[in-house]
Amino acid sequence: MKALSMLDRKLVRDLARLWAQSLAIALVMACGVMTLILALGATRALEDTRAAFYDRTRFGDVFASATRAPESIKTAIAAIDGVSAVQTRIVNAVIIDIKGMAEPATGMVISIPDHGEPAVNRLYLRSGRFPEPGRDNEATIIEAFADAHGFRPGDTFDVLINGRKRHLVITGITLSPEYVYAIGPGDMVPDQKRFGVIHMHRSVLEGAYDMKGAFNDVSLTLSRSADKDEVIAQLDTILKPHGGTGAYDRTDHMSDAFLDSELTQLRAMAQVIPPIFLFIAAFLVNMILSRLIALEREQIGLLKAVGYSNAAIAWHYAKLTLAISVVGVAIGGIAGTRLGHGMASLYGEFYSFPFLVFSQEPDLYVISTLVTFAAALIGAANAIMGAVRLPPAVAMRPPAPTRYRSLFGGSAGGFRLPFSQLTVMALRHLVRWPLRTALTTLGTALPVALLITSLFAFDSVDHMIDTMWFRADRQDATLTFALDRSEDAVRDVARLPGVLAAEPFRAEAATLRNGHRSRNVQIIGSNPRTDISRVLDEEFAPITLPPAGILLSERLATHLGLATGDQVEVELNDGQGRKVMVPLVGVTNSYVGLTANMSREALDRLSGQGSRISGARVIVDDNRILDLYDEVKQTPAIASVALQRISLKRFRAVIEENIGISITIYVSLAVIITFGVIYNSARIQLSERARELASLRVFGFTNREVSSVLLTELGVMVILAQPLGWLIGRSFSVLVAKGFESDLFRIPLIINPPTYAISSLIVLGGALVSALIVRRRIDRLDLIRVLKTRD
Amino acid sequence: MLADLPSTKGTIFDISGLTKIYRTGEVEVRALNGVDLTLEAGEMAVLLGPSGSGKSTLLNIVGGLDRPTSGSVKFKGEELAGASDRDLTAYRRDHVGFVFQFYNLIPSLTAWENVALITEVASDPMTPSEALSLVGLEARMNHFPAQLSGGEQQRVAIARAIAKRPEVLLCDEPTGALDSATGIIVLEALARVNEETGATTAIITHNAGIRKIAHRVYSFLDGQIASCELNEERIKPSEVSW
Ligand SMILES: Nc1ncnc2c1ncn2[C@@H]1O[C@H](COP(=O)(O)OP(=O)(O)OP(=O)(O)O)[C@@H](O)[C@H]1O
Ligand SMILES: [Mg+2]
Repeated sequence: MKALSMLDRKLVRDLARLWAQSLAIALVMACGVMTLILALGATRALEDTRAAFYDRTRFGDVFASATRAPESIKTAIAAIDGVSAVQTRIVNAVIIDIKGMAEPATGMVISIPDHGEPAVNRLYLRSGRFPEPGRDNEATIIEAFADAHGFRPGDTFDVLINGRKRHLVITGITLSPEYVYAIGPGDMVPDQKRFGVIHMHRSVLEGAYDMKGAFNDVSLTLSRSADKDEVIAQLDTILKPHGGTGAYDRTDHMSDAFLDSELTQLRAMAQVIPPIFLFIAAFLVNMILSRLIALEREQIGLLKAVGYSNAAIAWHYAKLTLAISVVGVAIGGIAGTRLGHGMASLYGEFYSFPFLVFSQEPDLYVISTLVTFAAALIGAANAIMGAVRLPPAVAMRPPAPTRYRSLFGGSAGGFRLPFSQLTVMALRHLVRWPLRTALTTLGTALPVALLITSLFAFDSVDHMIDTMWFRADRQDATLTFALDRSEDAVRDVARLPGVLAAEPFRAEAATLRNGHRSRNVQIIGSNPRTDISRVLDEEFAPITLPPAGILLSERLATHLGLATGDQVEVELNDGQGRKVMVPLVGVTNSYVGLTANMSREALDRLSGQGSRISGARVIVDDNRILDLYDEVKQTPAIASVALQRISLKRFRAVIEENIGISITIYVSLAVIITFGVIYNSARIQLSERARELASLRVFGFTNREVSSVLLTELGVMVILAQPLGWLIGRSFSVLVAKGFESDLFRIPLIINPPTYAISSLIVLGGALVSALIVRRRIDRLDLIRVLKTRD
Repeated sequence: MLADLPSTKGTIFDISGLTKIYRTGEVEVRALNGVDLTLEAGEMAVLLGPSGSGKSTLLNIVGGLDRPTSGSVKFKGEELAGASDRDLTAYRRDHVGFVFQFYNLIPSLTAWENVALITEVASDPMTPSEALSLVGLEARMNHFPAQLSGGEQQRVAIARAIAKRPEVLLCDEPTGALDSATGIIVLEALARVNEETGATTAIITHNAGIRKIAHRVYSFLDGQIASCELNEERIKPSEVSW
């Protein structure tokens, strides 16, 4: 065994002596490594799995639906330049009646070819088999729905298809690339129990919907060189006469868009959080190493004098830095891997993939290690350079005494600060090293910011819940008819059991245009003065819908480049191709989707087909809700039902679960940073000022008074850090909210005062504990030793 | 001049059988080995002795910084040997002024503030400016330690020690780091303070010449008092041959 060199022995002893500080730094690094591995690993897991799954199932590139298009136009679609495969289908909303479940579930029934696999959007068969030709009552269902109800192949359930109740036999359990993230109408988060996707043979659905030789949905895959926008434009032209509602690509595909927004979040996390930790770690390494080198000036001079090279000395301190980093990387690597598995299984709850493995490829660990080493060495660099630059002779002399300045210049004047001399000591020390003070303050502000950035989501969600469920869409349920009905139908709805009030609405798919900008949306027509479901203006006040003109959500208006007073071209996708200029009369507030609202009257006029309604929003008597459920399950005219109350419950449940997880994670991260920063800076102050503080004890100051010097200094930085942390936290939150924003939903930026307060309290608590640990060392200062030695 | 001895005011320290043993592993060092000694109120005592003979150890115990292994230290009749940490802190704060070889000034405080540090918590202090003029430093009040010479720093330390009008002034090699001319200035400051405030003053020194300025001289050897002499004739600090 080769004996350790003397320098390495010193290294080991230094580490042993500085273990607590080193560990605190290593933990901060570990957080950086952990979050990096977690974010990169999860990003990769999702990206790779998604790509593989889409590839295998030939997930479409372009999607469109129509009212009813003849199968014969498929050839024209296939002939569009760049289209590599076409799949026409029959797709409809249905109501599912599950035995033992009071509320009706909703679902989609989608056709699959009687023979062979679909050309686009294939299914991944988890178990069982596909329906056999000729068996009208066979169907497959998606796994999430099956799991929620414990369905297995051979089980049966009832479904209302085009007004007729059918008893279906499940032959297989499937996964669909279109429903990786399966979300029902009116829901904000997946509710696996209440939303099912059913696949049945085309011939069966042709019969059920009277669609022989016709389709109402088409998906395309494109060749690599295809011009997507051109394909979409041509497809729109082909489908327009058949009630095409506007083709769209994956960006607007619900399931994929949700996956994308998760990926956006993960990438943002990878870009923001690990750098925060690594920055703080670098700063801490710099602090501890600068102090160590200052204390060891004489040793360094001696080493140089006896012939150690600069490189040997630099390497010695670099090794110390790397040793700390190794510990950080190891802890972070293990924690990241374990949390990664947790995260993957959490994803498994929301996303239906055939498999989802947390990526553990070695390069992930190599990257994290290198990044951490680099950050630590950058932090160490200037301290090490200081050691290298020390000329041996100078190094052997004690350093010149620290020069302090008066706080306010006037050193000759008789001006006295209104503080005790103990406080003056603390303050002078603070301004003596302004950069260090600033960085320590920043280092304490960052955990506050991190907490605000993670906790603000709950304020925003609260606000969203309040706005969406209590101010805007206050209905208990929304019933949608299979076909548009005359106005009288709302009276039928009002007569349903348990319905206390009903408000009709009309929904029309339309294309809105302004110059070259265009957008496919649903225009919702409602009564001018609604009470149940209301349109809110930008101040969240309900709007009375004007007799003419259209209201657009802010995001939609921005998309189209429109301001109130402008004209927008509206073309209803009813196959008639009429384009009408409609004035934009107001901008509305909406957190979900791109919404367009008109008064029903105006929409009726626009369509030119008289007064029609698509459904009704209802308020239901809680005591009779089960009767309503029963009735809905039996009523052929109702194609779909969104249960807003239940959506809200489910949303709250999911959010609450997430609150628990993220509070635990972020509070731990924040406490670790706080501890790392405060403990280290307290220890370093203590090391620099041990002599001073011990002198104070000699003069008869009590432990409490002596500690107050140190604690005042820390306290000032910690207090200054709070407003700074709030400011940074707010800016981070703005970025996060912006990053989340998509056409599907956006998160309002709401940060309530308690969120600032809680974030600060957590950090203050962490700081206090760290300071108290250091205080115990002040109580044990060796008074006599400092008298014997010169600094 | 025996008449100079202010013994009429009585004994302020009564030390008997004082022993201090340091144990480091197997080795046992008897730093003090049965010291008996008294200090009279208002007198100036000089402690002499070779290095390692136990002078600092004694001074630290008398100053309430350390505790003896056995024996008794009575300050105005109160036993210090078994006092609690808290009591010793209060004792130092209320009664003792220290001056050390390495000054131990707070680098972040000016001369005035270094003195004010002590006067702020004392019950009947002089003003920092008064204390600084006693040592002839009124002109350098607003200088930081880094801007003062060694002798000036030591005088600030003396001003700081006397500003609270302590009953006891303990000085461990106050001139140890100074040249002769500066050393004399510092000694003059100490003598003046002793005279004007009546503080019982104990000075450790290696300079045998200094003995002559004291009322009483104790000589240490191997942790014991080898001799105690009273000076019939005291000389002025300026007459000390260095
Ligand atoms: N903390 C300690 N641990 C062990 N031994 C000690 C300790 N402090 C002092 N000693 C020993 O006690 C003895 C007396 O020390 P002390 O400092 O009192 O001597 P001194 O007379 O002041 O010497 P000098 O004139 O060199 O300052 C010495 O032998 C010293 O080595
Ligand atoms: Mg000594």
